[in-house]
Amino acid sequence: MNSALSPTATRKRKLYEFSGGIHPQEMKSVSNQRAIVTAPMPPKLILPLQQHIGSPGKALVEPGQHVLKGQKIAEAQGRISASLHAPTSGTIKGLQDFPVAHPSGMSDLCIELIPDGKDQWCDLTACEHYEHLSPSEIQAKVREAGIAGMGGAGFPTEVKLHPPHNDKVATLILNAAECEPYITADDRLIRERAHEVVGGMEIMAYVLQPGECVIGIEDNKPEAIAALQDAVKNTRIEVVVIPSKYPSGGEKQLVKILTDKEVPSGKIPADIGVMCQNVGTAAAVYRAVRFGEPLISRITTLTGDCVEQKGNVEVLLGTPVDWLLAQYGYHPDRSRRVIAGGPMMGFTLDSTQVPIVKTSNCILAPSETELPLASHTQACIRCSQCADACPAELLPQQLYWFARAQEYDKAEHHNLFDCIECGICSYVCPSSIPLVQYYRHAKGQIKQQRLGQQKSDQARIRFESRQRRLEQEKEQKAAKRKARAEAAAKAQAKKKASETQAQADTGENT
Amino acid sequence: MALLTLSSPHIKGPQKTANMMRWVIVMALPGLLMQTVFFGWGNLHNVLWCGIVAIVCEAAILKLRKRPVAFYLNDYSALVTAILIGLALPPFAPWWVSLIATAFAIIFAKHLYGGMGYNPFNPAMVGYALVLVSFPVAMTTNWAIPSPLLNQPPGILETLSIIWGQTPLPDGYTGATPLDTYKHEIAHSTAATVLASPIFGSGFSLGWEWVNAGFLLGGLVLLGLKVIPWQTPAGVLAGIAIPAFIFGWNADQYTPIMVHLLSGATMLGAFFIATDPVSSSTTKLGRLVYGTGIGVLTYIIRTHGSYPDAIAFAVLLMNFAAPLIDIYTQPRSYGYVNAKRGAKPKDK
Amino acid sequence: MSVITTAILALLALAVSFGAILGFAAVRFKVEGNPIVDQIDSLLPQTQCGQCGHPGCRPYAQAIADGEDINKCPPGGEATIQALADLLDVEPQPLDAEHGEEKPKQVAVIREEECIGCTKCIQACPIDAILGSAKHMHTVIESECTGCDLCVEPCPVDCIDMLPLAQGIQSWHWSVPRKHIIASDKTHSPEVSAS
Repeated sequence: MNSALSPTATRKRKLYEFSGGIHPQEMKSVSNQRAIVTAPMPPKLILPLQQHIGSPGKALVEPGQHVLKGQKIAEAQGRISASLHAPTSGTIKGLQDFPVAHPSGMSDLCIELIPDGKDQWCDLTACEHYEHLSPSEIQAKVREAGIAGMGGAGFPTEVKLHPPHNDKVATLILNAAECEPYITADDRLIRERAHEVVGGMEIMAYVLQPGECVIGIEDNKPEAIAALQDAVKNTRIEVVVIPSKYPSGGEKQLVKILTDKEVPSGKIPADIGVMCQNVGTAAAVYRAVRFGEPLISRITTLTGDCVEQKGNVEVLLGTPVDWLLAQYGYHPDRSRRVIAGGPMMGFTLDSTQVPIVKTSNCILAPSETELPLASHTQACIRCSQCADACPAELLPQQLYWFARAQEYDKAEHHNLFDCIECGICSYVCPSSIPLVQYYRHAKGQIKQQRLGQQKSDQARIRFESRQRRLEQEKEQKAAKRKARAEAAAKAQAKKKASETQAQADTGENT
Repeated sequence: MALLTLSSPHIKGPQKTANMMRWVIVMALPGLLMQTVFFGWGNLHNVLWCGIVAIVCEAAILKLRKRPVAFYLNDYSALVTAILIGLALPPFAPWWVSLIATAFAIIFAKHLYGGMGYNPFNPAMVGYALVLVSFPVAMTTNWAIPSPLLNQPPGILETLSIIWGQTPLPDGYTGATPLDTYKHEIAHSTAATVLASPIFGSGFSLGWEWVNAGFLLGGLVLLGLKVIPWQTPAGVLAGIAIPAFIFGWNADQYTPIMVHLLSGATMLGAFFIATDPVSSSTTKLGRLVYGTGIGVLTYIIRTHGSYPDAIAFAVLLMNFAAPLIDIYTQPRSYGYVNAKRGAKPKDK
Repeated sequence: MSVITTAILALLALAVSFGAILGFAAVRFKVEGNPIVDQIDSLLPQTQCGQCGHPGCRPYAQAIADGEDINKCPPGGEATIQALADLLDVEPQPLDAEHGEEKPKQVAVIREEECIGCTKCIQACPIDAILGSAKHMHTVIESECTGCDLCVEPCPVDCIDMLPLAQGIQSWHWSVPRKHIIASDKTHSPEVSAS
């Protein structure tokens, strides 16, 4: 690759289109006009052990223990897991169930940390030139830093930096699309810290040795594009501007736009030689390798009409959402929904007393006039506007009928599990049918049935082995009894024989 | 105030079912206007009368089903059915024919299957087919002669009293339609002679060509507004045009292509009747197959069957086939090499 | 006459040839056992509890193949009855109340302080889900327990409880949205579907 080639040169990358998609109102200018502010220190931090995909972390601290900022407080368990670090110095209050940011409103195991106000760092290992480290040393640093995908999915980053089957990565993509309305966290991050983002991408490229490096960004972020183009000068990274369409930021859709390859169903992009990372994750990787800083904070967009000071905040992980919103002029009496994430794919919070985690990219508190509640559902008229707009090219109307009728095998045959739950079908439905909820329910039921089937198969195997064991014992007993009886009969016969012999002897003698 | 728990997405696009139905009603008006200009006041009366009957029937059946009346009436689907029946029926059809057609369509073909969205057959066509088969005389002898051919076309009051049975229908007002004429005359005549008949006018079908042009215009606007998909009308028109083109070279034996396309209910059927989303196929390829099937069946019934116009039967027959078409025309989803055609997964 | 003879000979020939084909198929494609019993058994929940009146799930599967009612399995509940109805192409019936009610998933839990180590429950468990030995404490392996209830009775000190299986955050999923039908024109509240 000719690194002296400026990315703004005449060679323009060919872009492809994915089917469907919509253009909702962006609502980005309400929160992207001001710089990122650092949120103040909250009175307590609640840190769930599971903020990522995979196995939860294992707590390393005891109640009453004092920890320093950046100290590891939970260890990653198993291959697909991430560790957790103290966002500030303080005392561990305890380890118990707290409500977490989840659509169910249920609780999960969390470490509660009370800050001591000193914000004292533990010892960090900086590294000015990452090229002096080996790729496996960098992978270890990323794992140590507890970094997980910060675009919303939360997949442990270090696992992604090991391509499966040691295949070559043809394209490393950084996802700066941020296609969902309202969310501007990545936009501001790029505008203010583009060199961290690009630095992180260079580190990842050093580990993965990809054929090409591409940053995909939507055309509604001109300042961020300019900042990126400036930061990638003298690197081989290409900044590609893609048309704004929801969901261009979906991993599968972005791969299609940039490379015209489709991720096969049931597989991951790495299986076709593509690796995608979020820009926030890249910045975190940079800080972990360059300064030795673990992941302890993230940029979150606070927006919606019920929040007076809309904008982006750099917030410590574990900050309670209700406290955070109160710092920025939240009006709880006007707000009927608080959404973690964007309006298309975010989930409602049962209570705002949940903590910010590694995947909290936005807290949206709309008023009822801003985002009206859905009107009454009408019957499906099979107009197929959902199918026309579906980016996964499914048949949502058929999936809806099957999910309602509980015909789950037909739903699976119509590729239910390829649904990315982007929400476009429900958005366009003229009859206001909550389609995505039907699919989520159907997927949950199918998984539950599969688990139940597995369990009952296991129970049958145990039952049959028990039957065999009892049969064996019975046979052994019967065999023993038989052997004993035979032995007794033999002994009897012998005795009789010797008696007769003795009699015969004595008979002879008289 | 307690926070609500709702599934994403939390925003909604502008599309609404009632709006789609309203556009269909509005875009049928150019065709209705042409019908009034060329065939008198009968169609306009039928549309209004069927509309009233439809609303009354729907309200009554909703009350019986214990559903909220205003909520379901507000989706305008009953009005669309009524208007389609009113447009399709002959202008001088007696009032009780339109009453029976509409009542049957709303009550039996729509609500007894579960209401809007649950009917497997196009309700308007079910009502039309019922009266066509049950009252063949009323349905075949009440077609109007185009107004330009009449010395004194009937006025509005005269039309009303004919339809309501107060006055007997004078012979001079009714005649065979162009499709009917061509089909029966060509057996013992040549194309030139038949086409010289005044019913064909200087174009292809006096009056009918303007009506079809009106419905074509309305249909194209609906296409532009994305209220109807393009595959169904394209399929219907292709299904009629291609056989008509192949056979219509021999105009001495078969009706020519332009008469097929611009006469009868061709454009009404292609853009307004076949595109009823509930009873048609739902996949893109499926709609092409569905529309083409309707077109081909219409051509076959028109040419070889005993009815001069066949949109109703063709639509009903393809309604039977729509679920099967859906199973076999699934699109290729993202991440798959081939589309999954057929009901059973291959490895089961 | 010859027409009748020809007809009889033709039918005879057809009968013989089809008989031969069927006989060949019966031998060449013979299946050991009754596969339908395996299919029925795979749909049953395998709790081996005996509530259906049979000593285990396989005997009940055999009975169903021989024509018994499909609605006798409380641990399987509605879902199993529906699945059996689909497989056998019969009408699904509601669960037979004689044989028990459908209860939420349970597991047995031994109150360990009270256990006397008599092994009676170990012998009762149809799938060997209780760990322990004579004069040593017994415990139920929670992941294997099917909640069949057979261990509770034999226990002489009555130290076994049947507790509902805890549904964690990992196994939660969305409930089905509320039905379409709204009660009256005056209803204005939006669709609210709780988890």
